[in-house]
Amino acid sequence: MSVSPLEYLDSAGPRAHAIVPLTWFTLIVSLSVCVVISVLLWIAASRTRKGDDPGAMRTIPIERGGNGIRWITVGLMISAVPLAVTLVWTMVTLAAVASPPANPGLVLDVTGHQFWWEVKYNGQSPDQEFITANEIHIPVNVPVLVRLHGGDVIHSFWVPQLTGKTDTIPGQTNVSWMQADKPGRYLGQCTEFCGWQHAHMQFEVVAQPQADFEAWRSAQLQPAPAPKTPEQQHGMAYVEYRCGLCHQVRGTAAGAVSAPDLTHLMSRRMIAAGTLPNDHASLAGWIQAPQSFKPGNQMPTQYLTGLQLSDTLAYLETLK
Amino acid sequence: MRQLDFRTPRIGIDSVEHEAKLLRLWETSPGLKGFLTSVDHKEIGIRYIITAFVFLALGGIEALVMRLQLAGPNLSLLTPEQYNQLFSTHGMTMIFLYAAPILSGFSNYLWPLVLGSRDMAFPRLNALSYWIYLAAGLFLYAGFLTGNGPNDGWFNYVPYALRDYNPGMNQDFYALGMVLLGISTTVGAANFIVTAFKTRAPGMSINRMPILVWGTLTASIANILVVPAVSLAFLLLWMDRQFGTHFFDPAGGGQPLLWQHLFWIFGHPWVYAIVLPAMGMVSDGLPVFCRRPLVGYSLVAVSTVATMIFGFGVWVHHMFATGLPGLGLSFFSAASIAITIPSAVAVFAWLSTVWLGRPVRTTAFLFFASMIVLFVIGGVSGFMTASVPVDWQLTDTYFVVAHIHYVLIGINVFPVVGAMYFWFPKMTGRLLDERLGRWNFWTMFVGFNVAFLPMHITGLLGMPRRVYTYNDYGGWAALNMLTSIGSFIFALGVLLFFINVVKSLKSGARAGKNPWDAPTLEWATSSPPPPYNFAVIPTVGSRHPLWEDRLGEEGIVSSTDRGMLLDQGKETIGTTALDAEPEMIMEMAEDSFAPLSLAAGLSVLFVGLLVRNWMVVGAGAAVVFISLVMWMWPRRDLREREAAHV
Repeated sequence: MSVSPLEYLDSAGPRAHAIVPLTWFTLIVSLSVCVVISVLLWIAASRTRKGDDPGAMRTIPIERGGNGIRWITVGLMISAVPLAVTLVWTMVTLAAVASPPANPGLVLDVTGHQFWWEVKYNGQSPDQEFITANEIHIPVNVPVLVRLHGGDVIHSFWVPQLTGKTDTIPGQTNVSWMQADKPGRYLGQCTEFCGWQHAHMQFEVVAQPQADFEAWRSAQLQPAPAPKTPEQQHGMAYVEYRCGLCHQVRGTAAGAVSAPDLTHLMSRRMIAAGTLPNDHASLAGWIQAPQSFKPGNQMPTQYLTGLQLSDTLAYLETLK
Repeated sequence: MRQLDFRTPRIGIDSVEHEAKLLRLWETSPGLKGFLTSVDHKEIGIRYIITAFVFLALGGIEALVMRLQLAGPNLSLLTPEQYNQLFSTHGMTMIFLYAAPILSGFSNYLWPLVLGSRDMAFPRLNALSYWIYLAAGLFLYAGFLTGNGPNDGWFNYVPYALRDYNPGMNQDFYALGMVLLGISTTVGAANFIVTAFKTRAPGMSINRMPILVWGTLTASIANILVVPAVSLAFLLLWMDRQFGTHFFDPAGGGQPLLWQHLFWIFGHPWVYAIVLPAMGMVSDGLPVFCRRPLVGYSLVAVSTVATMIFGFGVWVHHMFATGLPGLGLSFFSAASIAITIPSAVAVFAWLSTVWLGRPVRTTAFLFFASMIVLFVIGGVSGFMTASVPVDWQLTDTYFVVAHIHYVLIGINVFPVVGAMYFWFPKMTGRLLDERLGRWNFWTMFVGFNVAFLPMHITGLLGMPRRVYTYNDYGGWAALNMLTSIGSFIFALGVLLFFINVVKSLKSGARAGKNPWDAPTLEWATSSPPPPYNFAVIPTVGSRHPLWEDRLGEEGIVSSTDRGMLLDQGKETIGTTALDAEPEMIMEMAEDSFAPLSLAAGLSVLFVGLLVRNWMVVGAGAAVVFISLVMWMWPRRDLREREAAHV
């Protein structure tokens, strides 16, 4: 059985690490309480012989007997200890991980949309900024500040192995932060119910060594390459004419921002917010029948001819 | 011209003529007229119970359909919208149409009997509360059956519930249905509060009330305080949708979080309101089968109230991930951890009652005792999520789904089924079958735990809730299959319960007055009780009127065979709030069409609002007005024109 990519006890960064021992502590306390109470109850209930006969009700005398209050006082005193420990531990952990770092190495603006994630990379100047979707690259060992915005309804930003949940709420800006110890791909998932495709609203955080991250970043800053073959040129025309009503491909006339930015579409591992792998067949299927893979998402069916589709794919696949 | 209105009730003993006279005064007329006009609390209580069980079955079927969809990864039995309406309707049904009304039903039936009275304080209000509940249930289900069920969860967060994202009538049905249901809850709660404080039998001072009464009284006071919050929230939502008022719409300056605060200020106390009366049933029922009084009565009573007081201050723990400032979160986290203490009082009281008693393991005992374990499991998972950093990881995963089901099934359904085994003989005169009962219990207990215990792990492995389908990550598929299998076993257990009820209604063993040799007043009258409950008003000298001789408490004299006769009309005794000293003769309203026509008028009014037809709204309002005039028409025999004391 493989490890679930959404299991937070397998933490991969300082913000998530801090919560793991607290979880284990409360979990072990909880299990112990359940076991102790169950065993006590089992013993208590099995003591009477002939206790299964309802007819015995009238034959057993009614008596007060025993110091029951001591059970309550002793029980409460024992319970108070783990409760107090949990309370203090909670506050200490909260103080340690709640506030974002004062000097983050990277500042992202993430916006939740039905049903995908818009990610804006901030830079020193406007030409250092770009927008991408559903795949967040970060350098390892660098604290990353994530400002969260609500694009339509409420969503929740969650990368279990790096950070707990923070909602994206329209009309306000929430703040989360994360930091990864080692390179890897960490799965993220929307966790506030947001409509038909709440289930298919994932993203990935890709933690990379600093140099790799810088290389990725400078590649992302580039506009789309010019089409080379006639097929690609036709494809680009379709993309500008149709896809461009919602999507952006920087360097072309496709300039709308109400759907994922496609400038470097092929650099991403998945499409449709974690729904399908980003390969030729899935891309073709997605363009022709998005509603069959992800009913209720905002992308309309395209009704392209076979030739139009192959030209479009030819162009899209140059968007590395 | 006023005569001095003062009469000393005659004291006497029961006789055949006396009972015949009372029967003439109290009996509901037979046939349809009686059915539509009855204000007898026992009749209304049973209607509540039957209706709530019907909704339990509906909500259960909805759950089973969802468990089919979730039995394996990436199944497509349901479309996303069907799934969303199912899980929302399931939550709405179980929380609003089953869990609270079932307890209202038991309390309606039992209160006058355990309090030694002849009816609830306001019998017609009682009937009104039931009819509106029924109307609201039908209203909400009319939406579901026409494809317009709630589709945003029972918690119904905005902006998804606003018209931009939710253009159908789904949210209009839900919003108006909830406002209508809120009227039922409110009038019911007012009735319970007055009944508890004013109609207890002479001598039943407040520290002699059964814990069930403490539970429902506390829940009712909470309802009076918090139901307005949710009714307001749904009204604002409806206005946002219909008139563009922008209370919740950020584009118009509104606040999505306003909804969450209003909803959870109601929602969290409500969770306690739907478990405290059930905990009361266990506190009263379990000791009977342990053959001893409850350990720590006073502590349990106080902790019932304390739970609710804490319960008002923990709503933000549903909102830990909404970006509220850390200092505020710490307070709500601390309160949510501290609320464990009063709950622990109840657990240790029950546990020591079993330990220090001589338990007789009847089916009712099994349900009540197993509830202790389920309560603890539901409690500790709540304690874990009370810790903010842990909650940031666990919230909105299946861990919380497991938690809420241990709380609601463990602390509501198990005690309720136990209460049926305990009080069914009182209601019908026949015992439920014990042999079938054991099958019933073990099937439910095993099925429930097979379904929901592994779900904690599903949550720890990160499966988000409210998803219509999922990928098989790290064992999710196997765990979900297990949950689906368990849920069907559990459903089979519930089915066995229903079968037992139907079977025992016809052929159950005769119960007699007091089949369990129990100590409280309801067991002093016949099974089922006569319409007037008690031929003479009992006098109470202790918490256990029927055990006094055996508990050997000196000088205590409860009496159930000699007392006030009160046979000059439909009368019962009104007593003082704390000490239950006789204070007045209460004239009870007789059967009336007014509650039904008032509820019908309100329903028409709400249908009019739903379809925005102001003629229909006006017609409904007219019926409401006429019903109120009928209801309030001054009548000397009900002393409704009584001036100040002479």
